[in-house]
Amino acid sequence: MVRISEDTVRQVAKLARLAVSDEEAQRLAPQLDEILSYAEQLQEVDLKGVAPTSHPFPLFNVLREDEPRKSFPREVMLANAPDTDGEQVRVPAVLEG
Amino acid sequence: MAVHTVKQVMESIRKRESKPSEWVERALERIERLDGRIGAFLALDEQALAKARALDERAPDHPLFGVPYALKDNICTEGLRTTAASRILANYVPPYSATVARKLAETGAVLVGKTNLDEFAMGSSTENSAFQKTRNPFDLERVPGGSSGGSAAAVAAGMVPFALGSDTGGSIRQPAAFCGVVGLKPTYGRVSRYGLIAFASSLDQIGPFTRTVEDAAWVLNAICGHDPLDSTSAPLPAEDFTQGLDAGVQGLRIGVVTDIDTTGLDPEVKRAVDAAVAALARAGAEVVEVSLPHCQYAVATYYLIAPAEASSNLARYDGVRYGLRVETDSLVETYERTRSEGFGTEVKRRIIIGTYALSSGYYDAYYKRAQQMRTLIRQDFEAAFARCDVIVTPTAPTTAFRLGEKIDNPLQMYLNDLYTIPANLAGLPGISVPCGLSSQGLPIGLQILAKAFDERTLLRVARAYEQVRGFELPVPDVEGAAR
Repeated sequence: MVRISEDTVRQVAKLARLAVSDEEAQRLAPQLDEILSYAEQLQEVDLKGVAPTSHPFPLFNVLREDEPRKSFPREVMLANAPDTDGEQVRVPAVLEG
Repeated sequence: MAVHTVKQVMESIRKRESKPSEWVERALERIERLDGRIGAFLALDEQALAKARALDERAPDHPLFGVPYALKDNICTEGLRTTAASRILANYVPPYSATVARKLAETGAVLVGKTNLDEFAMGSSTENSAFQKTRNPFDLERVPGGSSGGSAAAVAAGMVPFALGSDTGGSIRQPAAFCGVVGLKPTYGRVSRYGLIAFASSLDQIGPFTRTVEDAAWVLNAICGHDPLDSTSAPLPAEDFTQGLDAGVQGLRIGVVTDIDTTGLDPEVKRAVDAAVAALARAGAEVVEVSLPHCQYAVATYYLIAPAEASSNLARYDGVRYGLRVETDSLVETYERTRSEGFGTEVKRRIIIGTYALSSGYYDAYYKRAQQMRTLIRQDFEAAFARCDVIVTPTAPTTAFRLGEKIDNPLQMYLNDLYTIPANLAGLPGISVPCGLSSQGLPIGLQILAKAFDERTLLRVARAYEQVRGFELPVPDVEGAAR
């Protein structure tokens, strides 16, 4: 049963902001299909009423005192940015005309 | 040249028989001599020797003072390039250090370099690195395992006495088994993950590679503890994991899993693990049979949960604030081109699986069911640990496979993790200890699992096994093995 077609790969890739070439879609589709078919075995088990686990141990909100702390200087934070104007990160136009 | 343990280096420095800089020089010389063949290191810290020389003048004030070590390159180091073996971070220089790196620096341990891994720690062979292959020191045609293959190989070849890796589904334990060293995945929350480049946040944990169990305890002492910068780190008091190591296994119950999947289990691995259980029984442990009925679903569960978390974690690589940017006229296209050129095939594969499993219409069938199965797997362990103190299994179903053997078959690669994944899903501590060599001279690993936050019992059993296993840890002849 083919669940993952090349079109599905392209659609899902788009959701994840990945551009996949035709060649990649062709290679990935059967691999992803095989992996998801393998995962299909989870469908055979009765999981009704089983609470999901999202984390190994119970977690509670971790709070700290709201005290100002030292933060990184701007130039340090901008040092890894691909493009800046010296004060802010610069990106291509967000609104397309 | 002799290969040394953490303890040997530590004692020699403490007795003032040697200086930190001599050990760092040795490490650098050995890397220089052997790493051309192995490819464990992505980068060396140019400052290492200068830092060690500065320590020479000081009195040793911590057990790890002056001990050289390596970090997997998904652990951030301030001012030292950290790539996660990905093109997207090829030029990333972190403005801060991971808590583990900071803690080790405070003890006086000396970082010599950053080791290779599968890109973003996604893989079981280190072949998914965007930069280089790492070879198994026992057989240069074989993989070192993964994803922390560089750290495992570096310790196995005696280039450093210890190294840190990260373990999301077995990425410390499986390469430790393949390379014939000790690999410890602590309990989830035992070690701060601040500064570890995130893969799957509910599963990731940092831990050490060492040559002995005692060494692992020394390193764990130095890196464990609550960290306000990691809200998932456990608020527990510091412990000395070297205490009680030699208490033996008399009176302890060793669980052997009766319903473990042995489909792909190499008979030689099975024999070595059976022999290890027998050795522990002779040493006074009681062997009990336990059942983990839902662990047969662990791989399926993991390969939905881990990619789902990864697809979310890796959304941050958009070419805006750091990392690669492939610029186009539009922002959306810039994101897409950046991510497509920056990520390798396995990373894309997992982002797509994860995005699919989380997408509306499939969420209940995939992601939610996987989380429900995770509950059952966790409960299996709770029931099993009511009957025993530790559980032993093989670490991996086979010895190290050949380079290229599984690279085009992702599902086969994933199935290699079937014995290590359950501990990550349940958050439990696990260790791999060498338990023999195959007829081809390849290392075999024994996995031991314990209750959450019971690393003491885990290490005690591992240490007891190490003492009765009846062989010395082999040092691979890297130069002899080269053709």
